[in-house]
Amino acid sequence: MSLSSLPLSRPPRTFSLGALRRVSVVWLLALIVGAAACIPLVYLVVRAASADADAWSGVFGDDTLRLLLNTIALAASVTAASALIALPCAWLTERTDLPGARWWRAITVVPLAVPSYVAGLAVIAALGPNGSLQQLLAPLGVNALPELYGFGGAFLVLTLFTYPYILLVLRAGLRDLDPALEEASRSLGKSSWQTFLRVTLPQLRVPLAAGALLVALYVISDFGAVSMMRFDTFTRAIYVRFGTTFDRSSLAVLSLALVALVALVLAVEASQRRRGERYHRLGAGAARSPRIAQLRRRRWTALAFLSALTAVALVIPLGVLLHWLARGLSQGESFSGLGPAALRSIEASALAGAVAVAAALPIAIVVVRRPGWLAGLIDRASYAGYALPGVVVAFAMIFFSLRVAPGLYQTLIVLIFTYAVLFLPQAIGSLRAALVRVPPSLEEASRSLGRNPRQTLLAVTLPLILPGLISGFALVFLTTMKELPATLLLAPTGFDTLATRVWADQNDVYLARAAAAGLLLVVCAAAPMPLLFGRMRLLRA
Amino acid sequence: MPDSPPDTPAISVAGLTKRFGAVVAVRSAAFELPNGELLGVLGPSGCGKTTMLRLLAGFERPDAGRVQIAGRTVVGDGVWLPPERRRVGIVPQDFALFPHLTVGQNVAFGLDRRTASFAASAAARWLRRAALPARAREMLELVGLADFAERYPHELSGGEAQRVALARALAPAPATVLLDEPFSNLDQNLRASLRLQLRGILRAAETAAVFVTHDREEALSLADRIAVMRNGAIEQIAAPLELYHRPANRFVATFVGNANLLHGERTADGADTPIGPLPISGPGLEAPPGAPLDILLRPEWISLHPGHSNIPSRNGQILTTEYYGHDQLVRVALTSGLKLESRLHSAHPWRPNQPISIQTQHPPLAFPPTQ
Repeated sequence: MSLSSLPLSRPPRTFSLGALRRVSVVWLLALIVGAAACIPLVYLVVRAASADADAWSGVFGDDTLRLLLNTIALAASVTAASALIALPCAWLTERTDLPGARWWRAITVVPLAVPSYVAGLAVIAALGPNGSLQQLLAPLGVNALPELYGFGGAFLVLTLFTYPYILLVLRAGLRDLDPALEEASRSLGKSSWQTFLRVTLPQLRVPLAAGALLVALYVISDFGAVSMMRFDTFTRAIYVRFGTTFDRSSLAVLSLALVALVALVLAVEASQRRRGERYHRLGAGAARSPRIAQLRRRRWTALAFLSALTAVALVIPLGVLLHWLARGLSQGESFSGLGPAALRSIEASALAGAVAVAAALPIAIVVVRRPGWLAGLIDRASYAGYALPGVVVAFAMIFFSLRVAPGLYQTLIVLIFTYAVLFLPQAIGSLRAALVRVPPSLEEASRSLGRNPRQTLLAVTLPLILPGLISGFALVFLTTMKELPATLLLAPTGFDTLATRVWADQNDVYLARAAAAGLLLVVCAAAPMPLLFGRMRLLRA
Repeated sequence: MPDSPPDTPAISVAGLTKRFGAVVAVRSAAFELPNGELLGVLGPSGCGKTTMLRLLAGFERPDAGRVQIAGRTVVGDGVWLPPERRRVGIVPQDFALFPHLTVGQNVAFGLDRRTASFAASAAARWLRRAALPARAREMLELVGLADFAERYPHELSGGEAQRVALARALAPAPATVLLDEPFSNLDQNLRASLRLQLRGILRAAETAAVFVTHDREEALSLADRIAVMRNGAIEQIAAPLELYHRPANRFVATFVGNANLLHGERTADGADTPIGPLPISGPGLEAPPGAPLDILLRPEWISLHPGHSNIPSRNGQILTTEYYGHDQLVRVALTSGLKLESRLHSAHPWRPNQPISIQTQHPPLAFPPTQ
């Protein structure tokens, strides 16, 4: 065998510089990204710390107390109502012989794709003054409907469009249950209903709590629905006050009060999750398919329930929007500018997705490949923006950019940066999941075959985590598309997107135009969904 | 080897030490691997053998010591070469074939190291038309998989995947190949024939290789020499035959093969044991008369004979038998109460409770009891 034809001897290189650079680049990038994600939170804390006594006394005034009570009342009631909807929904679609269960499984989570302000718009268009219902009833002599704005409207909108969060978590919980426990209960003489109450439900407590806390967080952070329904919560108050005052310190203090509320909910969630770890099934038995309950005659009740839910949460809102769109078209309403707005939405979302994925890569590598206290710290730091309500992050970014780089204020750069800070963990999550599936031995094999770390990343790691890159991008794209408060506060002048169009047209009571923008938005946001769920061919092995 | 004189060892290790916190994974290891030799690193799990391999490959940095590969220092004396510059091929335990590349592209992976070619090779991958370098073809032929170039790793059996991984590691003509538990992921029945293949391929490639294993049969049958490791230290390096018959200490003796343990006492011409005076071999020979000794008798060194003999200490009866086809393992209890294992090639049908007497076929190994 002739081996001498291969030029293999290379001059030996000493360790110091090359190795130092090799180790640092990924760490350096991860540290920079982690630090950037903390900017809004750090800015708020610094700002609030320098606030004068007046700002602080304002926070502890009656006004803040009212906001706090409003926010808590809304979060609690929406959470409870969502749970009441989600629990039967999850059980029916997962554990019964419901006709068309697969179809119902898909359809019951679709409301998740509808942004809260589009949902709000639909409810206003349906039930508001001069809405579809009133037009329908006008011939009967009904001239006014009960007041929609305020708590009732906000509660209705948020409940109908957040219950899928609990539903998804509950379903996963139902699937993870050990069927042996229910079988044991049945063999001990308990009926299926008794078994559900005394065995199944207690085990679902943890996923139920996790889903409930997701909804509570969503409600506390929500801006679109409460603003459209003119219900005063923290997020709306911050936005309104931003328009009327430029007192940054009092805004920062108010924002921090909201952040404290979020932190409280997050702490509860974390403690629940730790608690949940105790409930995991012992032993490595393969998941057997659980018992499927026979509904028999009750299935008509079940179908009626699910049909009503789908009608109220999906068919009627979309139908109303379509109705208004058709009316606008027939009345010659002008929809000019919708196309460019859609393009701007796509442009901003695609940029945000690309930036978030690129920023997430070093963090994901560090977290998966070099775990330790520093990697853990960076990982947690990356969640700083994600945990904060969008309106707070946007507000912090405005003042931060004005302070640090005034030239960048009201440019696309700050907007994209803010999106990336807001949604970074979504990209990190996708990349992490992909990266842990690539055994380190593949990268080591590449190194031993003569590729340096950068070449290994390009030739081995990136091709293998491509599905993760794509789904991370799609996830951030989708979320950015629906984002409202940061877009409203940070978009360059004239840079109106579909989200801001819905907002502005609804404010100006151009319901037909708002409906058109909202429908287009739902379509655009749903477009990359196949990327999220499609199976990539690459990881067949 | 192309760039070093023929007598330069493929690997030369001195004082190699690696700690993980308080644990010393490798403790001043030193050995030399001549060109073309196959070294087995044998030890119980957690003895540091895989860490040793990773130190050689450059995936771990030693705390002290020096490694030279084909005469060039790759770590130590202020030098550190990353894995990609060491000319060391590896065959990981899971074979680590790139799932996104065909078998041919896997084997060709180490042949073209330029970054610029990445885009080109990615494009070619999608077109599936990449011409395979001659060297990659040559390697696939060497491992007998010339027709597999277009397949993807998930279409291979375990044995085929191992040979592809070996071809890939050999393709850039490394100074040495490191194999981590090469047969642990393979079917038990295939192992014997795959061992033979592996040995043949490495011989044909004239490449020195190191493999780690916890399977003594694998080490004994495959390696030219074996390094036995315990707690991070190399206890002995020797050829299989020598290791088995002249182990340096009791740990090596019992790790490379089964043994019956007796307690005896050094006499002028051997040792006094519960089964009578016996000649001995091993380090116990140096013990002064009267010193206590651990006496190790391998099962195949004990033969059985039906009926009792006139030496009462060697008489007893059969307890159990385990029949393996090529041989059988018979447990006996002597009248003194001592229990021994005997490995017998005979087709004799031994029955439980049958009276027997034993004879030794080989001088037992003797060690001072502290070892």
